[in-house]
Amino acid sequence: MLDQSDSYVTEDGRTIGGVVMEMKNITLRFGGVVAIKDISFDIREGEIRAIIGPNGAGKSSMLNVISGFYVPQEGEVFFRGKPRPQMRPYEVAQQGIARTFQNIALFEGMSVLDNVMTGRLNHMKAGLFQQALWKGKAEKEETENRELVEKVIDFLEIQHIRKTPVGRLPYGLKKRVELARALAAEPKLLLLDEPMAGMNVEEKEDMSRFILDVNDEFGTTIALIEHDMGVVMDLSDRVVVMDYGKKIGDGTPDEVRNNQAVIDAYLGVAHD
Amino acid sequence: MFYREAGDFKVSYQEDSQTFPIKFDRVRYYVVLAVAFGLIPFLINDYWANAILLPFLIYSIAAIGLNILVGYAGQVSLGTGGFMAVGAYACYKLMTTFPEVSMFIHVILAGGITGLVCVLFGLPSLRIKGFYLAVATLAAQFFLVWLFNRVPWFYNYSASGQINAPERDVFGIIITGPNAPSWATYLFCLIFLTLCAIVARNLTRGTQGRSWMAIRDMDIAAEIIGVNPLRAKLTAFAVSGFFIGVSGALFFAIYLGAVEVGEAFGITKSFLVLFMVIIGGLGSIFGSFAGAAFLVLLPVVLKVVGVDVLGWPTDIVAHFQLVIVGALIVFFLIVEPHGLAQLWRVAKEKLRLWPFPH
Repeated sequence: MLDQSDSYVTEDGRTIGGVVMEMKNITLRFGGVVAIKDISFDIREGEIRAIIGPNGAGKSSMLNVISGFYVPQEGEVFFRGKPRPQMRPYEVAQQGIARTFQNIALFEGMSVLDNVMTGRLNHMKAGLFQQALWKGKAEKEETENRELVEKVIDFLEIQHIRKTPVGRLPYGLKKRVELARALAAEPKLLLLDEPMAGMNVEEKEDMSRFILDVNDEFGTTIALIEHDMGVVMDLSDRVVVMDYGKKIGDGTPDEVRNNQAVIDAYLGVAHD
Repeated sequence: MFYREAGDFKVSYQEDSQTFPIKFDRVRYYVVLAVAFGLIPFLINDYWANAILLPFLIYSIAAIGLNILVGYAGQVSLGTGGFMAVGAYACYKLMTTFPEVSMFIHVILAGGITGLVCVLFGLPSLRIKGFYLAVATLAAQFFLVWLFNRVPWFYNYSASGQINAPERDVFGIIITGPNAPSWATYLFCLIFLTLCAIVARNLTRGTQGRSWMAIRDMDIAAEIIGVNPLRAKLTAFAVSGFFIGVSGALFFAIYLGAVEVGEAFGITKSFLVLFMVIIGGLGSIFGSFAGAAFLVLLPVVLKVVGVDVLGWPTDIVAHFQLVIVGALIVFFLIVEPHGLAQLWRVAKEKLRLWPFPH
């Protein structure tokens, strides 16, 4: 179990538990290019953790390391207190880590319902023969998981497009469906890669509300990358700031906002 | 007007996820089954069985198999002919080695063997995609045909190099060889087609189908939500291979009776089944039926129109047939790239509102 000794309660009454995921001295190189240089940080249970930084800072690479797409050359990833061996992305998903993508990665040919149902794949164990006959476990599982998926669909307010093929939906709704798919997996850790990219103010407000609700109601731990500073500062409990593959700041939004290195990275600084 | 789902309410998720959620569809499905099982066997004659019904049933099974691989799992295959040959030769070896075992078991075993062979040739799909995979499966096509031509064990060292289906019966009714009554062969194939279609539908509407479609639509995203790409692709090859093997076994044992591998299961067969799937509609079980019906019926219709109605010489009609079938395929793909199944869906949308389209 997690070490809960240093858990605390936030101002708005949520309990932040022990460390769920810890990145220790991660270094990731692509040939000669160093994408991430010796970065360590942790994500605590129940918190919203933001990763910010200018373009090309290595934020998405960091998320890809967590979700198993990239294997870092150095450093270790600890998940729930144990060092994580090298894994394929689907094995990471089976551990309870779900994510969304910066540019939407939905299954365009399938309906919204089927897309969200794919999020339940790891929880459905019926064998090929049971499924072929649509008997016993296969049918039971389908119904049980459908109930849970419908809850997620209700929660994200996408009931009306349940049976619509995803390819026909507008951008904002697609982002929401992608979040629904990740949520349907009941993840222990949810990674969001720019959930609000390309949205207007209203859609951003909706999305922020959903993220807060997810965190509040299900207690899901969330790590997100976002460029909109207002959103990040409002949503997150703690923020990691990256620049050119290095960590230049880490702390509460207020601490980060007043960090000189962070201000320099964002506003630029005169080199003399 | 003719087609309505209004007032058809679902009160449970089981009802919502059934094969035909709309009552009208369900009733029509039972009517089709009743006609196919209860009426056609009494009306059938040799011409109808051999020219239309048997090829339609058998190609439908093959098209369903290929549709699972290409349409649902997104893995292009040009090896269908070769895999059908595996089914045929497996069935032949089983029939001659175990003459007393029921044909049902032989055909199913032949399907299983083909499934395994298909998995073997599906292994490259883990590394290569799209056109490159198509080329890799093309290798399977040529290799398998070569194998069945060159290794005499497969055709029991017969002098002609052909395989001939010995006479076998099911429950006392002869179903292979020249003495088999057409209604019996028809029913035998129909049973397999019905079972295959139901199994295919069950697989594609559930978890397995969703993981196939996930791999097809975006393999990276599929992997991130926990689809094991290796398993998803190889099960697609296995299930697809099973259906194609069953169709190959039936094609040889029930329909042709005697087979020379290069002729019956050559590359043209691969393309024929692929055309059926594309014209019928990728990712649709109904489309597999529609595509098979289209490509089986079209030459027959053209022949009847050309020879019997217009009175042209047979050889000219035979040549025209190829030209027209080719042209129609191109025409179809331009007008409706998503195949007959899509055309059917559009027609249903229109019928729902007819005669007041607004």
